[in-house]
Amino acid sequence: MIALLLRDLRLAVRAGGGFGLGLAFFLIVVTLVPFGVGPQGEILARIAPGILWLGALLACLLSLDRIFALDFEDGSLDLLVTAPIPLEGVVSIKALAHWITTGLPLVVAAPVFGILLHLAPEAQIWMIVALLLGTPALSVLGTFGAALTVGLKRGGLLLSLLVLPFYVPTLIFGAELVRRGAEGMNTQVPLLMLAGITAATIALVPFASAAAIRVNLR
Amino acid sequence: MSIWEYANPVKFMKTTDKVLPWTVGLAVITLVVGLIWGYFFVPSAENFGGSVKVIYVHVPAAMMAINIWVMMLVTSLIWLIRRHHVSALAAKAAAPIGAVMTLIALITGAVWGQPMWGTWWEWDPRLTSFLILFLFYLGYIALWASVENPDTAADLTGVLCLVGAVFALLSRYAANFWNQGLHQGATLSLDKEQHIADVYWFPLLMCMAGFVLFFVALVLVRTRTEIRARRLGAIQQRERMA
Repeated sequence: MIALLLRDLRLAVRAGGGFGLGLAFFLIVVTLVPFGVGPQGEILARIAPGILWLGALLACLLSLDRIFALDFEDGSLDLLVTAPIPLEGVVSIKALAHWITTGLPLVVAAPVFGILLHLAPEAQIWMIVALLLGTPALSVLGTFGAALTVGLKRGGLLLSLLVLPFYVPTLIFGAELVRRGAEGMNTQVPLLMLAGITAATIALVPFASAAAIRVNLR
Repeated sequence: MSIWEYANPVKFMKTTDKVLPWTVGLAVITLVVGLIWGYFFVPSAENFGGSVKVIYVHVPAAMMAINIWVMMLVTSLIWLIRRHHVSALAAKAAAPIGAVMTLIALITGAVWGQPMWGTWWEWDPRLTSFLILFLFYLGYIALWASVENPDTAADLTGVLCLVGAVFALLSRYAANFWNQGLHQGATLSLDKEQHIADVYWFPLLMCMAGFVLFFVALVLVRTRTEIRARRLGAIQQRERMA
């Protein structure tokens, strides 16, 4: 399993793997927003948590179709299905690799982008906590969408339509956590809800993804 | 004699052949009676004027929008566990009806909300969760449409329906939380049927029954169409082989 993780990471980092693409996309979203809503600091500070979350969501979505599609095309997915490790484990590892290459860079870069958007200083730490807790759920749910559409020729748009509604609870609690943190309110409820959704997603969704892959490779 | 007998397409077709005209007739009668009763023989409510009458379409449609997904959940489970094709086709047949019901609930709600709340749309948790439910229906229908192999499509949409049910419910309560966090106490309650007078309740009940029967009739028609389309496909394939 560790070998699989290293293989996926190496494939992502090397040329054509799309590593850093999500980060660049995130930067573009953050750059374009002030052009759309005006450069006033207080407006930007108010919408910054939402923009950062939306940027993270879209950046994550951007790289989802790569999770299984490349392996499906060159046949290595068939080998992974017949491998002695359980498919649920393979799916979890795939999600972890996806998170390390797209989610984790976003978490690290979020404070910089937060400064660009005048995010309140006391909200910075909550932004990092929220992204750290929320983005793994995005990756795991993304593998489910990617697993459903793996056999399709042009699954990209369908993938977005399938996956985005699943992101609603994570987005709601993630953005709420940052907003409450910025206003100095009690953050316990959204924090626990966000962590709970992510934990349940990591525990249960790989079974659904693995089932979908088995159907698609039948 | 067990309910699983009806999983046999031939038996299903034979039974629904007899049941369908009765269902259609009953649906038409209850809908016509319920709507005419509600629209012409019920006094307008105080403070609401005539606009309150939209509930005779809005409430049944909203009820069906949620219940159709539950019905799809049950039929998807039956397909995934017992592999009865009729069950999967019934889920496929029900999805567009559910999407339309959600749309009807949203549109009639907007028509009611404009004079009453002064806005077509408000990011109220109920409204928001219905919009999300509509997106789930769209995704489900799109997945059915884009997978070519019917058995694969049935399996994938079945799994999507199960996971989607959990997340639609989760979104409903997350939206509740989100809006309270934004503006406390500003949301409007739609729980009218709990303290509604009998004068409004009975025609509403009639309309609800009418919508259920109407849905059953539509699902039967659409499932029969799907079965016939499946048979046609099989015949064509056999001819191509020969």
